Amino acid sequence: MFIYADNAATTAMSQKAIDAMLPYFKEVYGNPSSLYEAGQQAKMAIEDARGRVAAVLGCKPDEIYFTSGGSEADNQAIISAAKLGQKKGKKHIISTSFEHHAVLHTLKKLEKEGFEITLLDVHDNGIVTAKQVDDAIREDTCLVTIMYANNEIGTIQPISEIGAVCKAKEVLFHTDAVQAAGHLAINVEEQNIDMLSLSAHKFHGPKGCGVLYARKGILLTNIIEGGAQEKGKRGGTENVAGIMGMAAALEDAVAHMDENAAKLSVLRDRLIEGLNKISYSELNGDAVKRLPSNVNFCFEGIEGESLLLLLDDKGISASSGSACTSGSLDPSHVLLAIGRPHEVAHGSLRLSIGEDTTEEEVDYIIRAVTEVVTYLRSISPFWRDLVSGKRPHIFTELPG
Amino acid sequence: MALYSEKVMDHFRNPRNVGIIEDADGVGEVGNPVCGDIMKIYLKINENQVIEDVKFETFGCGSAIASSSMATEMIKGQSVTEALTLTNKAVTEALDGLPPHKLHCSVLAEEAIKTAVKDYYDKNGISYDPAEFPAEHECEHCMEH
Repeated sequence: MFIYADNAATTAMSQKAIDAMLPYFKEVYGNPSSLYEAGQQAKMAIEDARGRVAAVLGCKPDEIYFTSGGSEADNQAIISAAKLGQKKGKKHIISTSFEHHAVLHTLKKLEKEGFEITLLDVHDNGIVTAKQVDDAIREDTCLVTIMYANNEIGTIQPISEIGAVCKAKEVLFHTDAVQAAGHLAINVEEQNIDMLSLSAHKFHGPKGCGVLYARKGILLTNIIEGGAQEKGKRGGTENVAGIMGMAAALEDAVAHMDENAAKLSVLRDRLIEGLNKISYSELNGDAVKRLPSNVNFCFEGIEGESLLLLLDDKGISASSGSACTSGSLDPSHVLLAIGRPHEVAHGSLRLSIGEDTTEEEVDYIIRAVTEVVTYLRSISPFWRDLVSGKRPHIFTELPG
Repeated sequence: MALYSEKVMDHFRNPRNVGIIEDADGVGEVGNPVCGDIMKIYLKINENQVIEDVKFETFGCGSAIASSSMATEMIKGQSVTEALTLTNKAVTEALDGLPPHKLHCSVLAEEAIKTAVKDYYDKNGISYDPAEFPAEHECEHCMEH
């Protein structure tokens, strides 16, 4: 049994994406910057891909910049907006406390350079409101950057409302749509999004390839200096095959988005219902306003890494926000941001299902997780203390 | 390369000496839920000060469970004075190594045993040098909070 339930980490490539890439390794391998035919063929291919990606996002092709992935796009969007703000004496940026580290660490860097960063509190349900953004915007605010959907708990932010607020107050709005692209509807024009980041490998495209959309007129600051590629805003020979795979994967994901979402949300809810039967556990994030693929739970009395290892033994690939899996001393900043205490944040499990996940697999996951949680609790002195009342429970026995 | 050695995975998957001893002669608990690991060790000690039985319960990651299992196996049948000489380094070596950021787990195992022996000494009015025992457990993480 092998069940891949970590699609938020990365996805398997689709055959369509692989097929779209293959000609660009050995046949059309010219450098798009070369003037001869082989180079110009590659150039035409990526310009065609640019147009197709733009059509999906609802923007113009010259507003699409190809990058090495979501992190680079996030870095470039934020630094560009900061530099533009600085020129006008605006050095205040608004974001949230549960962004991806590609955003948070870039903001940290800007803070050291004298920018003031406001990180909005996230509500217990894993969502920030447009009103919070509206209230936080000041005269000197140069950027609002808020993710479309959270990578750990899958909660979907009110991007259109936030976009409208930013437009009304004339503040640039960037969204990290890495988890959303290919899974949720995006139209940058209608949603008043000025900049957006996405990453190909989250929707069955290749790793090492992403997009920064930046509205026409927004002057980008280079993260990578070099040649004239991407209108001189991103040096380096284009990842031609990657770009072709990404465009094919994105088109395919969007073409099947509604049917996939319908199928996945049924399985997701089945999984949530099954895991809710484990006593003293709770779903993280809003039950409805979340990605159709995302399930994230905290279990009292156990630690996430041992849970993952035993699930791996049962053939299930998943992830956790425990300190031991994050490689730091603290558990997931996302779980802390939604108010989970450290002791239950260590016992978290993220399952992100995919289009190929079956009902049988979901039922197998429910059985396996229940079994492993029960076992780990049976050897946990922390659980013993919770049961005996020596330490107080955090959750109720079963969801009310 | 896998995250852990075969030895660690074996002790994690099939931990030795799991459980509790109701009438234990010494009990030691270290760690805390905020840091994400707690180890509790129970010792049954006979009149010759030999550890006749040892059990543990652990809340923590794979290496924390494996370290507890290995440490209990190493001290079973030893005299309490021998058990006090068990170092985290010895536990780590017996496990064929731990990743650098997991060495902390072997330290917890050493401290849990020492704390359990101290409890035995206290209960039986046996004098000892407090300097040989870990103070109230302090990890750098807890210091931050």
